[in-house]
Amino acid sequence: MMHLKETELCLGLPGGGEADTLKVNGKRGYSETVDLMLNLQTNDQSSSSTDLKDKKLQTSAKNNKDLIKPPAKAQVVGWPPVRNYRKNVMAQKSNTEEVTEKVVTTPGGSGSAAAFVKVSMDGAPYLRKVDLKLYESYQQLSDALAKMFSSFTMGDYGSQGMIDFMNESKLMDLLNSSEYVPSYEDKDGDWMLVGDVPWQMFVDSCKRLRIMKGSDAIGLAPRAMEKCKNRC
Amino acid sequence: MPESNDHFTPYPDHVLENVLENVLAFLHSRRDRNAVSLVCRSWYRAEAYTRSDVFIGNCYALSPRRVTDRFTRVRSVTIKGKPRFADFSLLPVNWGAHFTPWVSGMANAYRTLEKIHLKRMSVTDDDLAAVANSFPRFKELVLVCCDGFGTAGIAAVVSRCRGLRVLELIEDEVSDDYVDWISCFPADGPTNLESLMFDCVESPINFESLENLVARSPLLKKLGLNRFVTIGQLHRLMTRAPQLTHLGTGSFSPPEQPEQHEHHENDNNRVSDYVSAFASCKSVVCLSGFREIAPEYLPAIIPVCANLSSLNLSFANINAEQLKPVIRHCHKLRVFWALDSIGDEGLQAVAETCKDLRELRVFPIDATENGEGLVSEMGLLAISIGCRKLQSILYFCQQMTNAAVVAMSKNCPDLVVFRLCIIGRFSPDHVTGEPMDEGFGAIVKNCKKLTRLAVSGLLTDRAFSYIGQYGKLVRTLSVAFAGDSDIGLKYVLEGCTNLQKLEIRDSPFGDSGLWSGLPRFYNMRFVWMSSCRVTREGCLDVARQLPRLVVEVFRRDEEEGGEKSDFVNTLYMYRSLDGPRADAPRFVNIL
Repeated sequence: MMHLKETELCLGLPGGGEADTLKVNGKRGYSETVDLMLNLQTNDQSSSSTDLKDKKLQTSAKNNKDLIKPPAKAQVVGWPPVRNYRKNVMAQKSNTEEVTEKVVTTPGGSGSAAAFVKVSMDGAPYLRKVDLKLYESYQQLSDALAKMFSSFTMGDYGSQGMIDFMNESKLMDLLNSSEYVPSYEDKDGDWMLVGDVPWQMFVDSCKRLRIMKGSDAIGLAPRAMEKCKNRC
Repeated sequence: MPESNDHFTPYPDHVLENVLENVLAFLHSRRDRNAVSLVCRSWYRAEAYTRSDVFIGNCYALSPRRVTDRFTRVRSVTIKGKPRFADFSLLPVNWGAHFTPWVSGMANAYRTLEKIHLKRMSVTDDDLAAVANSFPRFKELVLVCCDGFGTAGIAAVVSRCRGLRVLELIEDEVSDDYVDWISCFPADGPTNLESLMFDCVESPINFESLENLVARSPLLKKLGLNRFVTIGQLHRLMTRAPQLTHLGTGSFSPPEQPEQHEHHENDNNRVSDYVSAFASCKSVVCLSGFREIAPEYLPAIIPVCANLSSLNLSFANINAEQLKPVIRHCHKLRVFWALDSIGDEGLQAVAETCKDLRELRVFPIDATENGEGLVSEMGLLAISIGCRKLQSILYFCQQMTNAAVVAMSKNCPDLVVFRLCIIGRFSPDHVTGEPMDEGFGAIVKNCKKLTRLAVSGLLTDRAFSYIGQYGKLVRTLSVAFAGDSDIGLKYVLEGCTNLQKLEIRDSPFGDSGLWSGLPRFYNMRFVWMSSCRVTREGCLDVARQLPRLVVEVFRRDEEEGGEKSDFVNTLYMYRSLDGPRADAPRFVNIL
């Protein structure tokens, strides 16, 4: 209820004539509109049926001929009458425009506001995109990808969500058990198995994702293990 | 009808019926047909036998069985479901308008059904599969503002309906089932497709399949792409289908990150490529889409502007400077939809060129009250001066004057639809401070063909007295945040003798106003009143007096019972031949 007076819009001559001086037929009474504003302030979602009920309590609804517009940011359900379809499209557009700006100004790499990478899945006819910055762990990414490609499961990622590359047999079990495994192209242009490095390092170096059949991914494993050995 | 005295035919009535049936085959208007069916029993039968297009304005006005019993040889069915205020979240989600009982009712009765057109119905994937399986000659599916289905349902239709000519999905809510439906068209040979519109499908499309489909659809005239189709892809489709007449252009911008395999030509070359694509599509008369427009590409459409009769830029955030180079070529334009980003200046440009304009819609970019007003009474005035043949207008604005509305009523006497939405509730004439009564009064008085009216701004009962006095042809009236007392409603219900659809929200109309409509309600399609001052007793009274009226009472937020106030939250009532519906959810009370 802060500074309502300052946000009130009144009709009057420029230079701030008093609201009281205008008496024109049909305007809502001052006290009613104060109620209107208060109701809208407290509950944005309510319709103004409660306002009308307050009006019922006023015996002389038309005595005071002042008009004050409702406060600036109050939103009433379904008003103005713009179809939900259109509202959704416009909302989605402004999201896309924001995202496009972010991606353009900081092309890939660390420190960017978003990190969109393309995701392809073997057998699926089209690509999707994910923003890696939205997730904090391999598990979250896995869940998101699972939703996107519903027949895809990512297998068991161990306690820290990283594949234990030093254990070759465990790795082979993983590749043989899952139907699909995610792989990614890193900064060097090599294709690696997702999960070989800590999450943040992965986000910084991943350029694109490919969800491939486990049997096809076996070819990646030796290289992944070698890189891992070199890093350790 | 006189009996025949012809002795050499044993069944004279049948001869006359045959003649009548042949004559009636030429009669298409449903109003004429309704009149014919009232003449006598044999005319009723002949008309029922020959009606091939059935229109059902309210799916709850009668049961599917009643339709299939009366009309036995139906090719095309149009059904409308939810009341229009559902588009603005004023109807609880599970309220109804289910297509399922209709498709199961028709599956046995109408083996030769060819066309289904639905508006504001809830349609499931199972329903769509049932359509695909039940009607071997099925040709046209048009779904407008529907929901409840997804890409899986669409796939079922396109894969099984081999004769499909028309698939139009318009402003539907389509769930993404991750089904590649565009690849589900029968793979072999040319298709019969004449119209494929999927602008509203919010999921990526398999472009290779789409291109292949378009290439083998020689009859394709209407193509509406969704926003996942880039301008480069659009270009390729246009070269495959130069015969197109209606084109929904998709995103109309390049992809976010350039594909690695594309040439990195500069933008100027690209625009000229697209210009030549449009130049070779000589038949295009209707353009829409522009969903994520990169404005520098808009001039590419200039080659088709001279022939355009319809241009929908209502998702394109462009300003007057970007509009002008294009609109100045659109001499034949009849329908123009835009965002208010074009401003009064953009409207002025429209007024200067589009002398044949019949329909204008201006939508708000910023739909908040006290938001930035980009168009005003100036734009409305300019249009009224330049576009004298205007018949239909929908105009959102933040400020308006009576003078501009009065001017439009005089300059545009052919107006049939006048819908003005001043976004700030209770806004008066911003110059004089007066209510907007006189402006709307002039519209009903001077526009003698007016059948649809939507009002806004500060309005007293006087406005409604004008509407009741002069709005004799008005069939649809939308009212929000207006009026002073029951008398306003009384004026309308007593005066508007052709009123069919009345939708009112947040206005101080109560029981006595409602009762004044008792003699009219059987002649109306529906009455909607939400957040008004109608009481439960008042509604009960109406229900008792009019047994064939279904009187539904509910709260928008789906709470049952325990009315917080004496007033009914939402009243929705309509006539019905088959009594109250059996599928009403618990939160809907039928009195």
